[in-house]
Amino acid sequence: MNDPFQLWSYLAREPLLWLTVTLAAYVIADRISESLEGYAIANPVLIAILIIAGVLGLSGTPYETYFEGAQFVHFMLGPATVALAVPLHANLGRVKKVLIPMAVALFAGSLTAILSALGIAYAMGVRGETLLSLAPKSATAPVALGVSEAIGGEPTLTAVLVILTGITGAIVATPLLNALRITDWRARGFAVGLAAHGIGTAHAFRVNSTAGAFSGIGMGLNAILTAILAPLVVAFLF
Amino acid sequence: MIRNIAILLVFQLGGETLARGAALSVPGPVIGLGALFLTLLAVPALADRMRDTANGLLAHLSLLFVPAGVGVSTHLATFADAGPALVAALVGSTVLAILAGVGAFLLTARLTGSRGDE
Repeated sequence: MNDPFQLWSYLAREPLLWLTVTLAAYVIADRISESLEGYAIANPVLIAILIIAGVLGLSGTPYETYFEGAQFVHFMLGPATVALAVPLHANLGRVKKVLIPMAVALFAGSLTAILSALGIAYAMGVRGETLLSLAPKSATAPVALGVSEAIGGEPTLTAVLVILTGITGAIVATPLLNALRITDWRARGFAVGLAAHGIGTAHAFRVNSTAGAFSGIGMGLNAILTAILAPLVVAFLF
Repeated sequence: MIRNIAILLVFQLGGETLARGAALSVPGPVIGLGALFLTLLAVPALADRMRDTANGLLAHLSLLFVPAGVGVSTHLATFADAGPALVAALVGSTVLAILAGVGAFLLTARLTGSRGDE
């Protein structure tokens, strides 16, 4: 019989344990989210994060050790982003009909995201690096980090802000848009994708496949526009 | 399925190569998305063959954000001093961006006569 502490220290070093914890936490989170369908706050990403953060805290495991196992899941974000081309192509007929609305919505939404984040934080006394880190937070993570670095923000803080923006968008989108009685899935999806990137898009796919496809477009286009607009806005304001 | 994943990886790899090589600010996977989309326009039969793999992957898109999301817990100290302001900025600007996006989309769709979906 092996010493349980030796066994634990072996398992804790291997990717298998934390990969398993990630998938198991997500399955549980997905269940909880489905059984609490009426409650938007029960977002599966949020619940899974809380479960895993709890496990890491209780077992005293550093995030770096966890990520060595979880990186296999993280890695799939790249291929999944490329895969958004397939629903985009399937919805091509509908996309073509709303090219102008999409372009106007993209510009309005992207600029609103940057200006309102800076404006609200500035009004509440946030200055300097922390303030600049907010500017690109609606863009998908790799773009936001690059932009943050370029405009004098703190990339690791931007990473946190990007994830929290995505979760916020996924939580508020459905109740907000239902309350406004907006039934056009193209408009709903597109706006959520541009405001809340991949996490918003993941939520949109769960709600409606058309919304998901348009959300993927909104995310991709806002990644490009934020990379252009955020440095211009910051240069103009500061 | 393996072939479809290989196709996705080839486009991602091409996108990463272009993004790094040309020092573009657009991430590699987004370039890969655009390139695959153009390829699907040229070869529509490929879209049918890739549909199940793509939908399978995208159905669990939420899962893929979990590892990065757990990293948030390591940065919570940063929120100690500017917490309420940052939360207000995030929630406020996310709501405003969604409203601006939806409003601009619907208004322009009405003005250009492309209203309604079937």
